[in-house]
Amino acid sequence: MLHRNRWLTPYLLLGPGLAWLAVFFIVPLFYLGYTSLQAGDILTGYTFQWAWENYSDAFTLYRPHFLRSLQYAGVATVIAFFISYPLAYWIAFRAGRWKNLFLLLVIAPFFVTYLIRTIAWKTILADQGPVVDFLRTVQLVSDDGRLLATTTAVVAGITYNYLPFMALPLYVSLEQIDHRLIEAAQDLYASRVQAFFRVTFPLALPGVFAGTLLTFIPAAGDFINAELLGTPRQQMIGNVIQSKFKEIADYPQAAALSFVLMAMILLAIVAYTRLIGTERTMAG
Amino acid sequence: MTAAAETIQVKGRKPGFGVAAWAAVRRHTLTVLAGLGFAYLLVPIAVVILFSFNDPAGRRNLTWQGFTLDNWLNPFAYPDLRAAVELSLKIAALSTIVATVLGTLIALALVRYRFRGRNATNLLIFLPMATPEIVMGSSLLTLFLNYSFPLGFTTILIAHIMFNISYVVVTVRARLIGFDRHLEEAAMDLFANPLTTFFRVTLPLIAPGVIAAGLLAFALSVDDFVITYLVSGSETTFPLFVWGAARVAVPPQINVIGSAIFLVAVGLMLANVVWQRRRSLKGA
Repeated sequence: MLHRNRWLTPYLLLGPGLAWLAVFFIVPLFYLGYTSLQAGDILTGYTFQWAWENYSDAFTLYRPHFLRSLQYAGVATVIAFFISYPLAYWIAFRAGRWKNLFLLLVIAPFFVTYLIRTIAWKTILADQGPVVDFLRTVQLVSDDGRLLATTTAVVAGITYNYLPFMALPLYVSLEQIDHRLIEAAQDLYASRVQAFFRVTFPLALPGVFAGTLLTFIPAAGDFINAELLGTPRQQMIGNVIQSKFKEIADYPQAAALSFVLMAMILLAIVAYTRLIGTERTMAG
Repeated sequence: MTAAAETIQVKGRKPGFGVAAWAAVRRHTLTVLAGLGFAYLLVPIAVVILFSFNDPAGRRNLTWQGFTLDNWLNPFAYPDLRAAVELSLKIAALSTIVATVLGTLIALALVRYRFRGRNATNLLIFLPMATPEIVMGSSLLTLFLNYSFPLGFTTILIAHIMFNISYVVVTVRARLIGFDRHLEEAAMDLFANPLTTFFRVTLPLIAPGVIAAGLLAFALSVDDFVITYLVSGSETTFPLFVWGAARVAVPPQINVIGSAIFLVAVGLMLANVVWQRRRSLKGA
């Protein structure tokens, strides 16, 4: 079989898995679009009628939520980058034979249920907790000030939850750098700082791009941190979508919001892939 | 070169205290930053484990009251919690098996064959990982709603297989890239048929990758909240139970289950790493 019908073999291997993804990932996206143009109400049922007003509502009524999602995700991505870079660099260049152990520490948060680790932040940032205590003592937070239920808490939670998505691609691209290139730069009288900015950093850029995407995208759709660590004033677009699906049963509006979110993110991906090439994005 | 530079410096004049301190800071900045990064990643996990031993007055487990082993001795003090954990494990086991098989086949096709539609396949694998969970969940939900498909066990299982396939493909593919095809050809030359070759040669060689992928899929499934929440109907998995509890009060039993999942997952990851190292030592 392998020898005679070689051209057929890959398709037989791909078939079942790709079919699953086509039916339960691609096809649903069409239904998302279809549902987003329905109108009616939950009692009489929703029917398709080119209801574009769901989209105009998405851009007018829910503009603050979209903006907040982009802002929080953007800030969290930048912070995650600055925390992850030294971490990834240290593991790639200094951890020696313990690399795998330290990598395991980086992904350790993934093994604690997402909701539980977010609730742990609730404990850490609680009004009677040690962090608020300390910040009050050094007067960074006023005596009746708090961290929980603030934008800071929400952004800190998002940063924490998606940090490994930034750190891992950074590590992968830093690890692949040929050390001889850095040594060559230093032999040519580049200082260590110059060698870093002229050689190491540019060579690890694919990791930066991949990490940024992998952090920003899920962060923009997140609603758990805003729900558990924030107040209604920190609500992101994800909060609106989930409540419209699960609580209000306004499916068309929820679908329209989801569709806009996905369109924004697809645009981001296309822009990135144009910038650095497909294979590299996906390998990251 | 560095040695020469040092000699020159020593010959010149003794570096003052400030210079020495600055050198020390420069030498250790990276390590300190990486250490802080690790602390940021790991402190919440420590909090989760610590608070599983807390003895709170009521069901609120937000401030430290006193040490107790009660929670670990009665992890299933709430019957709903037991049911939720059982459902999570069942879904995780089934979705892991299906997704690992489908994903491994795709990875084999991608690494070992040149075929038309390769780029499209890569894109189809990449997209689910780059789509926010809320979009995937809501689009699947609209598919089910439009066909009035009853939400529950089946829909959760379908969703989990769907989002796990891509992660399996990526994990197995990473291991397959360094794979020596000559071993398979040798088996075929020795008159092994393709099926025997696959089970006696290929599968044992890629086993560590497949197991790592299976562990990842299991972990992702047990952890998933957003997609499950949208397509679950009235079923309650463990993360959904936590969500419900988070709105009222989180009992310490949740920390017990969370810690247990964490310890088992990390233990299995370590075991897989050790096992691989043994195998590679034996091979060499």
